[in-house]
Amino acid sequence: MFASYMINGWIMATIIAVVAGAVGLFVVLRGMSFAAHALPLGAFPGAAAANLLGISELWGLIGFSGLGVIGITQLAQRQRRDVATALMLMALLGLGTLFLSLSGHYAQGVYALLFGQLVSVSRAEIWPVLALGILIIAALGLGFRPLLLNTLSPDLAATHGISAGRADFGFLALVGIATAMALPVVGALLVFSLMIGPAAAARSLTNRPATALLLSVCLAVLTVWVSIAAAYISDWPTGFFVGTLAALLFAVARLSRRFHRLP
Amino acid sequence: MSTLTETLNVSALSVAFPGRQVLKDVSFSLMPGEVCGLIGSNGSGKTTLLRTILGLQAATSGAVHLNGAVGYVPQKIAFDMDMPLRARDVVGLGLDGNRFGLPLPSLGKRRKVEAMLRAVGAEAFADQRVGDLSGGQQQRVLIAHAMIRRPRLLLLDEPLANLDVRAVADIVGLLHRFARDEGVTVLVSAHDMNPLLGVMDRIVYLAQGRAATGKTEEVVRTEVLSRLYGHHIDVIRVHGRVLVIAAGAADEIPIAIEKHPVHVCEIP
Amino acid sequence: MSFFNLIFAPGFFASAPVQTALVIGSAAAIVSALIGVFTVLRGQSFAGHALSDISSAGGSVAFLLGISALWGFLGVAVLAAGALELAGLRRSKERDLVTGIVLGAGLGLTALLLHLDIGTRSSGGAAISVMFGSIFAVPASMIVPMLGVSGLAVLMMGLIYRPLLLTSLDPNLASAQGVRVSSIGLLHLLILSLAVTLSAMTIGAILSTALLIGPAAAAVQIAHRPGRALLLAGLFGLIATWGGVLLAYDSYTWTPGQAWPVSFFITSLVSLIYVAARLWAKRPVARRTAEA
Repeated sequence: MFASYMINGWIMATIIAVVAGAVGLFVVLRGMSFAAHALPLGAFPGAAAANLLGISELWGLIGFSGLGVIGITQLAQRQRRDVATALMLMALLGLGTLFLSLSGHYAQGVYALLFGQLVSVSRAEIWPVLALGILIIAALGLGFRPLLLNTLSPDLAATHGISAGRADFGFLALVGIATAMALPVVGALLVFSLMIGPAAAARSLTNRPATALLLSVCLAVLTVWVSIAAAYISDWPTGFFVGTLAALLFAVARLSRRFHRLP
Repeated sequence: MSTLTETLNVSALSVAFPGRQVLKDVSFSLMPGEVCGLIGSNGSGKTTLLRTILGLQAATSGAVHLNGAVGYVPQKIAFDMDMPLRARDVVGLGLDGNRFGLPLPSLGKRRKVEAMLRAVGAEAFADQRVGDLSGGQQQRVLIAHAMIRRPRLLLLDEPLANLDVRAVADIVGLLHRFARDEGVTVLVSAHDMNPLLGVMDRIVYLAQGRAATGKTEEVVRTEVLSRLYGHHIDVIRVHGRVLVIAAGAADEIPIAIEKHPVHVCEIP
Repeated sequence: MSFFNLIFAPGFFASAPVQTALVIGSAAAIVSALIGVFTVLRGQSFAGHALSDISSAGGSVAFLLGISALWGFLGVAVLAAGALELAGLRRSKERDLVTGIVLGAGLGLTALLLHLDIGTRSSGGAAISVMFGSIFAVPASMIVPMLGVSGLAVLMMGLIYRPLLLTSLDPNLASAQGVRVSSIGLLHLLILSLAVTLSAMTIGAILSTALLIGPAAAAVQIAHRPGRALLLAGLFGLIATWGGVLLAYDSYTWTPGQAWPVSFFITSLVSLIYVAARLWAKRPVARRTAEA
């Protein structure tokens, strides 16, 4: 399980978990689960498009994710947000089926993109993911207080000169990048599970925002580590363990909050 | 026209939205330490006036002059019960919520937050989640959030709505103390003037986009309000309370007045 | 005649898979579009999408057991609808979160089941056919059960039409009239699960959102009356589905030997219809502000 060829995989998964945990807290607090689900799912055809163009999968994913972010923001100006998200998801996925069939992506590849597969990761693949991860964490750290205030109340934030539209778009863009980089490892369908499960638990376990952020990151890392280990031992897909563990975390935190109100 | 000592001067302010004139030629000025009630029914333009003073809404014509920093308590914020955020965090965000970078612990900030929590009487629930607090407690926290930067002018949008009688009295007392002891100018909007009668130095009465302004007893009179509405209005004083009543049978009352609530409210 | 052949490639209507596809496609499109209008009005697009995604677990079970995908999709979608309603949350943020968590768990299960599919039957096609549908592969014997499910869905909708409309507009208003809002909510999710089952069979589990939300969102832009919105949504769904089947059939001749996926054409047509509806809805608004 810790053979040298697996080490890179562990490093990659840890970077992704840290980012997902941090971004996920705000996804949960802002009630953006649907967008966090739709962005990676809509982005996964980007991998097929990248194959067609002969560029790296990561850039294809980020490109499609960016399309999704812009599309949702634009559509949401004239449409309920959930409908805007669904419409954008539909358009991107439709395009995706075409790319998948044209690029002759074999079924096993589709399965891996949807549900994730932590196969041998090369050292060279880690660098761009690490760079993006640092970028996202830095952006979140820098914008922590304005984003928190905007999450609490867009009105209140506006009186401090924080534009609600800009905060919304900026954060959605972070979610887009985060999901694109996590997608090949955890899969398009379960990236958002890794984001919302640990974060939902974290916010129930503490009253302090900074502690919640830290807790969310730790729980996400734990989820990923346990999932990879369990997948390695059982030979079942990682995605199954991520989805189940996330639900479990959520259920435990919810029950604990019901029976024990924090001081 | 405006002197240096005025905290706020609004002159000939008009605001229009596409197809609708919200404020027409509104003028008034406020001195330090004054409490002013911004009274009017729902949709009379109270929130628009406050947002224009804050610069969040552009004026069609006229001007707003401010002398010093402004604090703002927006209308009914529904705090999420699941936000991991204590009352003291919300107050702290009032101080540095627009700053970039992670919040590092600082003794100076902690002292300021403590002092502010004490000033609004929120020490007892400072470490509870804001979402778990009662409406009156949340309003105190929001006032502390707005006051922590020591503004010269405090704007509050319907801070008394949906509060029980006891909480209304507490909040009104709190605002009065800030004005009297620290010279803060307080502009507070309400659809019912009665809870504010005891502390209000001045009134801005909005109806149909226009305003009647001045000392409370000068404005809240049958002739003044009838002129403002363009219809006969009765102002009746009973047991220290003011009732504003549209005259005539129900079917004769124009829609604009029919919407206007009759002010019958307890002064605790 | 040659023009006719240009649009409808020779043998289009004679082909048995095409006939089956048109029948079940129409049923899926109409049922999804109708319930979609309510789903859009209720702000439950995420729940609709989640149900269809989760139903993929059922599709995978069916593959594993070798039974018809319809029953797999249906069983799991109904179960998931029950689970979502059990959570019974009114605040929309919390509802979205629970939807997300249930969705994550459901998709995790799908991952496992498909993994087992691939392991036991060594046919990698399961993932693609469950997720992206294979309308031309549906056997003609499925027509009757699928029409039955459609009929049931339409019947239920007709029965609760007025309370459903009222709760979708405003739950408080409805409960003031004595409507049991939570029962209506559960029934809505049940009908939704029937609809996504049909759509999942047609254009695949993760794409069924297209038939559910797309036509309804377009119709709501244009129509100002609920009845007309339902009519338009059904019509849009039908146009997209028929157009999609037709174009997919024609595409055999575009890239020799390889058809383009039906799902691509259907989602593209739905997108086009939505854009057209937006442009149409914009027109009178522009005129009104010019007059003001």
